[in-house]
Amino acid sequence: MHPILKLVSQRLALGLLLLIAASALIFIGTQILPGDVAQSILGQSATPEAIANLRKDLGLNEPALSRYFSWLGNALQGDLGTALTNGQDIATSMGKRLGNTLFLAFWAAVISVPLAIFLGLLAVRYKDRWPDKLISGVTLASISIPEFLIGYVLMYFVGVKLGWAPSVAMINDSMTLGAKLHAIALPVTVLTLVVLAHMMRMTRAAILNVMQSAYIETAELKGLSSFQVIARHAFPNAIAPIVNVVMLNLAYLVVGVVVVEVVFVYPGMGQYLVDHVAKRDVPVVQACGLVFAAVYILLNMVADIVSILANPRLRHPK
Amino acid sequence: MFKNIPISALIGLFFTGLYFFVAIFAPWIAPYGMAEAVGDVWEPSSAKHWLGTDSIGRDLLSRMIYGGRTTIFIATAATILSFTLGSCLGLLAAVMGGWVDQAISRFVDLIMSIPSLIFALVVLSVMPVTIPVLILVMGLLDSTRVYRLSRAVAVDINVMDYVEAATLRGEGRRWIIFREILPNALSPLVAEMGLRFIFAVLFVSTLSFLGLGVQPPGADWGGIVKENKDGIVYGIPAALVPAFAIATLAISVNLVADWVLNRTTSLKGGRG
Amino acid sequence: MGEPLLKVRSLKIGATVYPPDAKPHKIEIVHGVDFELEKGKVLGLIGESGAGKSTIGLSALGYGRGGVELTGGEVWVNGRDILQGGIADLRKLRGAEVTYVAQSAAASFNPAKKIMDQVVEASVTQGKFSKSEAEAKARLLFAKLGLPDPNNIGSRYPHQVSGGQLQRCMTALALCPEPDLVVFDEPTTALDVTTQIDVLAAIKEAIRDTGVAALYITHDLAVVAQVSDHIMVLKMGEMVEYGPVDQIINNPKEEYTQALVSVRSINHEEKTPVEPILTVKNINARYRGTKFDVLHDVSVDISPGQTLAVVGESGSGKSTLARVITGLLPPSAGSIDFAGRTLTPDQPSRSREDLRELQMIYQMADVAMNPRQTVGTIIGRPLEFYFGMKGAEKRKRIAELLEEIEMGDGFIDRYPAELSGGQKQRVCIARALAAKPKLIICDEVTSALDPLVADGILKLLLDLQKREDVAYLFITHDLATVRAIADSIAVMYQGRVVRYGTKSEVLSPPFDDYTDLLLSSVPEMKLGWLENVIATRKMESAGN
Repeated sequence: MHPILKLVSQRLALGLLLLIAASALIFIGTQILPGDVAQSILGQSATPEAIANLRKDLGLNEPALSRYFSWLGNALQGDLGTALTNGQDIATSMGKRLGNTLFLAFWAAVISVPLAIFLGLLAVRYKDRWPDKLISGVTLASISIPEFLIGYVLMYFVGVKLGWAPSVAMINDSMTLGAKLHAIALPVTVLTLVVLAHMMRMTRAAILNVMQSAYIETAELKGLSSFQVIARHAFPNAIAPIVNVVMLNLAYLVVGVVVVEVVFVYPGMGQYLVDHVAKRDVPVVQACGLVFAAVYILLNMVADIVSILANPRLRHPK
Repeated sequence: MFKNIPISALIGLFFTGLYFFVAIFAPWIAPYGMAEAVGDVWEPSSAKHWLGTDSIGRDLLSRMIYGGRTTIFIATAATILSFTLGSCLGLLAAVMGGWVDQAISRFVDLIMSIPSLIFALVVLSVMPVTIPVLILVMGLLDSTRVYRLSRAVAVDINVMDYVEAATLRGEGRRWIIFREILPNALSPLVAEMGLRFIFAVLFVSTLSFLGLGVQPPGADWGGIVKENKDGIVYGIPAALVPAFAIATLAISVNLVADWVLNRTTSLKGGRG
Repeated sequence: MGEPLLKVRSLKIGATVYPPDAKPHKIEIVHGVDFELEKGKVLGLIGESGAGKSTIGLSALGYGRGGVELTGGEVWVNGRDILQGGIADLRKLRGAEVTYVAQSAAASFNPAKKIMDQVVEASVTQGKFSKSEAEAKARLLFAKLGLPDPNNIGSRYPHQVSGGQLQRCMTALALCPEPDLVVFDEPTTALDVTTQIDVLAAIKEAIRDTGVAALYITHDLAVVAQVSDHIMVLKMGEMVEYGPVDQIINNPKEEYTQALVSVRSINHEEKTPVEPILTVKNINARYRGTKFDVLHDVSVDISPGQTLAVVGESGSGKSTLARVITGLLPPSAGSIDFAGRTLTPDQPSRSREDLRELQMIYQMADVAMNPRQTVGTIIGRPLEFYFGMKGAEKRKRIAELLEEIEMGDGFIDRYPAELSGGQKQRVCIARALAAKPKLIICDEVTSALDPLVADGILKLLLDLQKREDVAYLFITHDLATVRAIADSIAVMYQGRVVRYGTKSEVLSPPFDDYTDLLLSSVPEMKLGWLENVIATRKMESAGN
């Protein structure tokens, strides 16, 4: 077998393994409480009958291991169980919200990825001059600022004071794409700002790393123009690290989404998760956790695979 | 000593010091009690209430000072926990190698395959949300990152010839960890400690903002944002004040950490 | 002839340095250098590290590496002062009139592109030849440089060919655009000695056949003597001496040049072997998790107070042998006797006495000392650890040891970063000596040092051997070092000892094939040495 095929299939298998292990971890995470989960969910004042009922609903009378496997088995078939709070099917209520979240994340990615790469290149081009210093200063600030501050600052100034965009991002199916985009303008901006800095900084580092290689000097000493050096020699070697950076930041976007959705009351997965954590609706929390972890693991796996595919040593073995 | 500190690091040191000072001496500094309703809802700033009042008429400055105390306390405790646990395990894994290293490293990989915030939310959905639980959850989750760094740093140092020389001399594991590896790992670890502290501040603030951190009537900065966030749509900026405090604290610590890190790298590259 | 091809006038070069505890500032690293180079001639630039030879070489392309700037003077190429033109003029010059061969071809080729594309790139981009013309020329050059399968090697990627081959590809890359001048920057330094001679011969032939002029930069006078017409000796950014090769090698005027020429001329009388202090018997060894032995049936003896030199090229297993003896890599078969007892195979189970009597010195003194410990702590720790010395007694002994390594007790509170390369290695020697060992394993201890500094270290080691009666296991790839220090020699090749005996036995004929190849490949400071060796080898292979 071609070594690259072997490595990629190893990665895929590893990703799958990791996903299963993560599901176990999420399951365990909701079981580690000393004492009784049902008691904790219902609080101290609950009647014994209510607790007994909930224990039955949660299947707590069965051993944990068999509960885990029936949960995982059902989840693999698309059955995520029913919510404790309103008895609705989780998969159904999650489906639309997942779509909304992906819609939000998609537009944030569409804007932030090209912008980050462009600004990263700019920082490299003007290394140690003011554009670079400005960019690294903004980066430093932005990794120190909580997402909700950016959210509220934008909401306060752009949404409320200037009135350019709605400060609450409500969308529904009957809206046109334009109306939807207008509705999510602020959350998309926030998400973009949140990942932009990281992505920019990492892109800059990746390109600089390539630019410091000896073969770049060789290219310069061939009398090539700066553009030729970058296009022919730096770019082919920088793709892999940049794609890696992008994937890692998209994974980070998944986390940013949770907070941003709460800030802008956006009907997505994050909002759904946070609501049900507060209500201690364990099946919903487990299901959401599983989906978030799956997306995160998937993106990290893609990053790994891309760097394998881009490595000339692996692509053209001896 | 102070001559060589760049201005940015000085600013960072000053504000970090200021925030910690205020947090420690909060009861003597705050003009009003934390839970005292002393005015109208969302009064604008005045001589009496420098930052105005909050959603139920409490003095915002006092609440900020007490809230900062809570935020800084939780973040510090979580950092200490994550740091002690992570760096001890990391150094141990690097020096022991073999199955110990494999077992810890794979377990850490697993924990890190789930985003911290999501995992924390999952756990907090069944846990009672109290300050010790918060510290424990945050500290344990974050120790994975400290583990990775300290292991990586220690592995790099462990292959140095001077460690081999010590091994060949017959030195015990304690000498190797504490005299050969730790002094050389300290600077990057200290810089990392700053970053972990920032992360803890942001983490606890985010949890409180989501309503899953410090519970009322107690408050931290994230919680104060949550209490006052409804004012934003009416054009009342009270929620921005604690958010701004979080950001300035984080930036200050970041400036200091950045300086420590730069100093380390230049030390490493320094040759006679 | 009129105007020379390259004319350098009072060239000054500056660099920005970033000291750890001060602001970055500019220093001058080349202080006004003048030289000329005629068409088709080769000028050797020689000097130790920090002499500025690479920097001067790159100035012929108008290029400053990193924070290096050409701050003053003139560099005339083909009648134009290239420092006066802008970057556009320099780009027309680079890759067309002047080309460059770097030390590490492995790093200097783009890993993502095929060799041929990189070799012809300059010619095509500069409009000197069409793509097919350039490729035809490249194939001719590949053949001329002795590369295997010259018609197809260009379609390979850089990581798919060996280091020596890649260095020849780099030479082809530089010669392909038919430049007037090629700058060779230590092109053979990273290669093993048996590979170096072939690459050197290929380069020399290519220079002669194409009639190109060259600047040949190296720290090895014996190498530069083979390829150059003239030699310029540099020290700390200044010219020390300039002259024809013959005069520099055989009749150097300046003291510094004389020192460089006479380096490694230590005359060491070999001692006769006696009852050995270390006996390595039939050792086999492999690395954990691998299936192949890296050492096969290795047996050597070391007599007390004498030196066994283990020589071999990279991958010969010589450093592995050291790891086996120290117990870091337990052997899979065989045994080691030391000072009358059998050593346990793994280091942790050895007694403190065994550990004390067997010390080690490393190649990179930089990383062999903890940067957070002072010289006093570094040398004092073995005293404390093995002999329980404390306080004034310890300090007195440290001062004595510092005297022994010719440094003096003023260094006791210094940190390694404050020492020069040679001083660092001396401190490492003192640390080993502090344990009062019977045997010191020296792993390439002079390889990272400049020749004159290395000489000092070798003399010190010989001195200490006389005084302390300590035996050395001296691992090296450098035969000149072996001649200077060994009493007996073991030649290693692919994990086996192929030749073993006293120095005079090993170094006199009849030789086995590998030893013959190795010995004849070491550059000698004689004019015409390279031609003679190549001619002899051709005759031998024709005879077979």
